[in-house]
Amino acid sequence: MFENIGEIFLLFWRTLLALPFAWRQRRKVLDQFYEIGNASLLMVCVLSFFIGAVIALQTGPVLVERSLSNAVGGVVGIAIAKELAPVMMAILIAGRIGSAMAAEIGSMRVYQEIDALRTMNINPVHYLVLPRMLAITVALPMLVITAILVGWFGGAVVANYNAHMEIPFRAFYSDLRDIVELKDVANGVFKSFCFAIIIGAVSCHQGLNTIGGPRGIGRSVTKAVVNSIVCIVIFDYVLTRFLLK
Amino acid sequence: MNSANNNTNTGVGLVVRGLRKSFDGQPVLKGVGFEVQPGEIFVLMGPSGSGKSVLLKHLIGLEEADEGEILINGESITTPEIAAKYRMALVFQSGALLNSLTVGENVGLYLTEHRLKPPAEIEKVVLEILNDVGLKDAVNKMPSELSGGMKKRAAIARALVIEPQLILYDEPTSELDPLSSVVIGNEILDLKRRIHVTSLVVSHDRDLAFGVADRIAVIMDGEIKIIGTPDEVKNFNDPQVQKFLHADFKREK
Repeated sequence: MFENIGEIFLLFWRTLLALPFAWRQRRKVLDQFYEIGNASLLMVCVLSFFIGAVIALQTGPVLVERSLSNAVGGVVGIAIAKELAPVMMAILIAGRIGSAMAAEIGSMRVYQEIDALRTMNINPVHYLVLPRMLAITVALPMLVITAILVGWFGGAVVANYNAHMEIPFRAFYSDLRDIVELKDVANGVFKSFCFAIIIGAVSCHQGLNTIGGPRGIGRSVTKAVVNSIVCIVIFDYVLTRFLLK
Repeated sequence: MNSANNNTNTGVGLVVRGLRKSFDGQPVLKGVGFEVQPGEIFVLMGPSGSGKSVLLKHLIGLEEADEGEILINGESITTPEIAAKYRMALVFQSGALLNSLTVGENVGLYLTEHRLKPPAEIEKVVLEILNDVGLKDAVNKMPSELSGGMKKRAAIARALVIEPQLILYDEPTSELDPLSSVVIGNEILDLKRRIHVTSLVVSHDRDLAFGVADRIAVIMDGEIKIIGTPDEVKNFNDPQVQKFLHADFKREK
C-alpha cells in the first residue's frame, strides 16, 4: 500500500488540475452524487441512530450515578460530532462507494474501455476520476451532517426512555447546546471532507491500476476498501491532533 | 488520439522502423519495420503471441518502444502535435465499448466529450453512421444486448465518428461466425472506397487477410518474415510461413 502513496498523490494532483473542466462533467457528477446518496442515506441514518443510542447507553448511567446527568447530552454530542459520525460514515462509504468505484473503474481497465477512452483523446482522469471525487467530497460531508443530527436524536431517545437516565428531550438538547459548539461540528465535517478525498483517490487509483481478469478486479476492490480504512484511521489521528491546537 | 480539426479525408502514410520492445527482459518485438501507403489496406498476420497486438499498442501510443520509430506522414508519433494533426482510431479486439453507455452514446462519445457539435447534430451523425454499419435499430441498446458481430460493427462506427485518416483494427473477426466476418471484411473494403482511409489490420484470420489486403506482412516471433501482395505471400518459400498459412486438421478417412 505505502509504495502507492506517491501515485495516489499524483492522481489527486491531476484531479485538482482537472477542476476547471468540472462544469463539463456536471451530469456525471450529479449521477455519482445521486448514486452515493441513494445507496447510503438509509444506512447512514440507521447506523448513526444506533451509534448515538449506544453512546448514551454506555455513558449515561455512569454519569447519572455521579450526578452528572447534565453532561450526557454534551458527551453524546461531542463524541458523535467530532469523532464517531465522520469516522464511522467514512468507513461505511469506503465499503459501499469506494468498493463500487474500484470495481467499476477496474472492470473498465480490464476490458480495455480506458484504453478506448485514451485512443479518443479523452482523459480518464477528467472522465472517470473527477466526477467521482467531486461527488464524494460533497456527498460525504452532507451524509456526516445527517449522521450527526440523527445520532444526537438516537442518544436523546435512549436518554429519555432508559430507566437509568430518564433525561427529557428538552434537557438533553439544552445540555448538548451548552457543550457542543458549532466549531465541533465543523471539525467533524472538515474531517469527513478529508476522508472523502482519501476514499476517492485510493479507490480510483486502485481501479485505474487493476490488472488481470475478474480476480484482479476483486483484488482491487479489497485493496481499495482496506487501504481506505487504514488511511482514514491514520489521518483521523493526524487531523484530530491538528484540530485540537 | 485526435481532435477533428483536420478535415482532409485522405488516408495518411505510416512508417515503422526498427521497433524493439522487451517485457521483463523477454524480447517481444525484434526490430520490426514496414511502410503503409496512404489509402492502403495493410494486413499484419501472425500466430498468437507473435507481437501483433503489442505493435498495435505502440502505433496508438499505449506503449512506448525501447528502440525504433513510428512516423505518420513523415512525422514521429511522439511529437505532441501529432494527435491534433492526424486523426487515428483503433477498433479493439473486444470492441471495448463502454458498458455503461448505450450504443448511440458510445458512438457519439468522441463528439460529445470534445464538444465538437451540438447534441442534436451529434444525434444525427450517430444515426447516419450506425445506419452505414447496419446498426440503426441498436442505437438505444446497451452493449451487453449486442452479439459479437454487432459489437465489432458498433466499435467501427465509433471509430468512424472521428473521420479517421488511419484506422487500426485489432483482430476484427476474432470470435465471429463466417458470415459476420465477411460483413466486417466488406466494411473495411467499403471504408477504403468511401473515405480512402488507410487501414492497418492485425489478424490471424487467413480468409480476411487474403480477402481484403492490398499488402500483407507476416510477423513471427517478433520479426517480419515477409511483406508483399497476397499472391507474393502465398508463394513465399519459407517453411514456417507456409506452415502458418496452410495449417489444417489431419483427419484419417
